[in-house]
Amino acid sequence: MTKLLEVNNLSISFTQYVQGLNRHDSKVISDLSIDVNENEIVAILGSSGSGKSLLAHSLLGILPYNSNVSGEIKYKGDILDQDLKEKLRGNEICLIPQSVNFLDPLMKVSEQAIGECKDEKEYNEKKLRQREIFTKYGLDESVDNLYPFELSGGMARKVLLSTALLDDPKLLIADEPTPGLDAKSVKETIEDIKNLKEHGKGVLLITHEIDVALKTADKIAVFYSGHVIEINKVGNFKNVDNLLHPYTKALITSLPKNGFNLTEGVQPLGDVSGCPYYQNCPNRMDKCENNIPNLVNHNGVFIRCFDFEEANDES
Amino acid sequence: MIKINNKKLAKFLGFKAIRLLILLIVIAAISFIMIQLSPIDPVKAYLGQRIVSQQQLSIIGEYWGTNLSLGERVLGWLQTLASGSMGFSLIYRVPVTEVIVQKFTASLTLMVVSWLISGVVGFGLGIIAGAKEGSLADKAIKTYCYILQSTPTFWIGLVILMVFSVYLGWFPIGLSVPIGQLSDTVTFWQWLYRLILPAVTLSIVGIASLTMYTRDKLISVKKSDYFLFAQARGESFWGIIKNHGIRNVLLPAITIQFLSFNELFGGTILVEQVFAYPGIGQATVAAGLRSDVPLLLGIVIISTIFVFVGNLLADMIYKYVDPRLRGEDDE
Repeated sequence: MTKLLEVNNLSISFTQYVQGLNRHDSKVISDLSIDVNENEIVAILGSSGSGKSLLAHSLLGILPYNSNVSGEIKYKGDILDQDLKEKLRGNEICLIPQSVNFLDPLMKVSEQAIGECKDEKEYNEKKLRQREIFTKYGLDESVDNLYPFELSGGMARKVLLSTALLDDPKLLIADEPTPGLDAKSVKETIEDIKNLKEHGKGVLLITHEIDVALKTADKIAVFYSGHVIEINKVGNFKNVDNLLHPYTKALITSLPKNGFNLTEGVQPLGDVSGCPYYQNCPNRMDKCENNIPNLVNHNGVFIRCFDFEEANDES
Repeated sequence: MIKINNKKLAKFLGFKAIRLLILLIVIAAISFIMIQLSPIDPVKAYLGQRIVSQQQLSIIGEYWGTNLSLGERVLGWLQTLASGSMGFSLIYRVPVTEVIVQKFTASLTLMVVSWLISGVVGFGLGIIAGAKEGSLADKAIKTYCYILQSTPTFWIGLVILMVFSVYLGWFPIGLSVPIGQLSDTVTFWQWLYRLILPAVTLSIVGIASLTMYTRDKLISVKKSDYFLFAQARGESFWGIIKNHGIRNVLLPAITIQFLSFNELFGGTILVEQVFAYPGIGQATVAAGLRSDVPLLLGIVIISTIFVFVGNLLADMIYKYVDPRLRGEDDE
């Protein structure tokens, strides 16, 4: 089976001018590898501001001009270059954006869901489809003529979701779909996303809410300081012993229901020469300081830690 | 499309009318006091070069109320104004209202034409520059705007006059009517032909600020999340500029254009002077230079109303077109 989306060793950095004309490359995402299959929800879990959204932007080809991207992205086995991105975005790959700010404040929501049309015929077809989807999500006809500022948080979420579904995409990228929502709307959003999976779609869920990731996803990739440090099945997150990386363990044991054990330390910003977790790791080794471990497959779990890299080498 | 709530509109216009009234009273009083405090002597201005006896002089002075106190004079002026009369122009020897109506109509064509040209061209250039930020076209438009912004109107007028009328000889040097012809017999084309240069000059000046504003606004729209999302949805670049860019920039740009009525009026005075176009601008200068106090005060009041109307229109457009404000104070 070909994977729907395959990201290999993706790195994104920005060229910035610091102090006059000195150029500096600041790396935001380093060596990211992740797969998404059909009927699968993969969550990327990372703290706010860790550059998760840039992954979504790079998949859609909407990164700012001063960004440098290396690595490989494949869609259904084909290299996803800028031309293909421009062809696929909006119909096969769709973004479910973060907030109502992603809607034009002066355009009626139904028009926005329909989007750009080539001619009258296409418009009429899309209009019917828009009505169908809005109805499915419980948005009645009065919502069609509302402007984004008139929507409640929950309605806005459904409108944003509808915009993505109008073209029947195969892969959806949900970028932080839940922040600022009340518990009921969060639950609905989780249900809506799970529902997409039932319809055979692949979903890449980008979030910083552990709870949402745990409830929604099949696979969770943990993002730490621009690196993916562990990709594990959601079932393994129930038991700390099934988790491999010390950061992931710390993350899960810090949850209120798991003991509320907080670990001191902050994520390093910017470039690190060694393992990004070196500063805070309880079982660090000397070589961790200046060498970055690779993401290796350990019995189906992807892990970026020398402990497991060696174990794999030996076996 | 736009639902207008008549009751709300009436209330809105009512408030605006009261404001205009207060504004006019204050402006009329202040400008009158300023004239009174200036060294202009209305009696001398009226008499001009004629020689009269001291006795006659005091009779005229008494008739005009020069012996009254400042407060009494202000009140008298406001009372006359309230009765609808603005007095008698000293230069033209007809009621001020008549002069203003005649001159203002002549200028209005000039102002409307150049206002429309500067609006359309300024907005268009702004959209091009903003959409293609950093390109050669953008740089050219930006340079052009900076030059225009920093050049005085009358100088541009003089340059245009020299190039097109004197060197190239394409257009007449001035006047709205060919020399030696009665204004009643002027054909539409003759009139239009003479309108072109002043209108172009006046609009050129208005273009720069609107273009820079539109450009800036479009660039900020391009940085917005909804612009990014439209891109992520595979909409074409010019499609997004059209659907989301212009949609979000047009309203503030139109507002800016309405708010520029005061600049338009100021520009008209200079342009009419340079092109010897007999409109309200020339009348203003003449009234000022020849101490025609009634006419000058009349023009002050008319220009106040003119600028007020511009601002009122801008307010109304926002209130009734922008969906975010439309329903705001509905009960």
